[in-house]
Amino acid sequence: MVHSAYAAPAQTVPSFGLGVATIFPLLFATAPIGLLFGALAAQKGLTPAEVFLMSSMVFAGGSQFVALDLWANPLPWFTIASSAFLVNLRHVLMGASLTPKIPLITGRKRMLGYFFLTDETWAFCEQKVLSQPVGFGYYMGISLPFFSNWVISSFIGAFIGPVMGDPATIGLDFAFTALFVFLVMSFWTGYRSGLVIAASGLTSVLVNILVEGAWYIIAGALAGMLVAAILAKPEASTNTAPLSDQENQNG
Amino acid sequence: MAEPWYAVDLATFLTIVAMAVGTYATRLGGLVLLRFFHLTGRVEAALKAVPPAILMSIVAPTAIATGIPETAGTIVTALAALRLPLLPAIALGVTTVALLRLTPLATML
Repeated sequence: MVHSAYAAPAQTVPSFGLGVATIFPLLFATAPIGLLFGALAAQKGLTPAEVFLMSSMVFAGGSQFVALDLWANPLPWFTIASSAFLVNLRHVLMGASLTPKIPLITGRKRMLGYFFLTDETWAFCEQKVLSQPVGFGYYMGISLPFFSNWVISSFIGAFIGPVMGDPATIGLDFAFTALFVFLVMSFWTGYRSGLVIAASGLTSVLVNILVEGAWYIIAGALAGMLVAAILAKPEASTNTAPLSDQENQNG
Repeated sequence: MAEPWYAVDLATFLTIVAMAVGTYATRLGGLVLLRFFHLTGRVEAALKAVPPAILMSIVAPTAIATGIPETAGTIVTALAALRLPLLPAIALGVTTVALLRLTPLATML
């Protein structure tokens, strides 16, 4: 089983510093995206203060770019807010997947920590729990630099936007695709995972082409989950009851 | 721009608040979901598939259906992932995309 090792008590818990070291290289790929977001926002008429507020309160890049795409006068606030919700709906599945694997993080720390939940920090935690238990230190070590970097870079971008080039010319926009492709490969556990990945990929591409809006991520995720549920062996579930009990007590 | 950098429009602020509330709700939604499902059998198998399923769903339109540079970069990164650590693999993928975007391949498809 993929995640059997995460609760082993003898293992050391990775530190805040290791979290910072893990996320640090990614800041160089994120900063230009933040600058780009700030620049585009300024073109749409947002002030640097408004960019700062959006990046620090929403802190979800994909939905922020979608919001800019929809930005108009008068503000279609409901369309923007519901699009953000839709784009970010994947967080529900991410939280449901990660929560039982990080029993060290509970209560208020979890409420605070999950404010910082992003694709990148979540993916690093999911990968980390394969070998070591993740605590609040490591989680925040990944999250805080990533958060600060996004807020500051988008804020600066709102000032210097017009003089900045396009990150796409040096392929930096692809850094996130590359990161996620690498992580997909690290979750490869055999033909079952291959079928899950194929179902998600095909569904995502088809829905992205056929359906307006950001439904493709959640549709692809659900297709992969459905395939995994269909392929599941009934006897493979015996060791999980204590986890859900623990979850209920901590909640 | 006529407005000072620190100006905050009320409608803009309320829109940001609406986005923030909805987004934080999705971030806590997993905790709510876990209260309604016991992690057994097929539900557990479905949840275990979430990491690769979401990651693949995010990248698939870019990886498969954007253009030849992106698809080539995806293949290079995936193959590199079998042998190399994270950063060299990403660097190879990004370099592949950047170089191929300089060629006529970027405008095909």
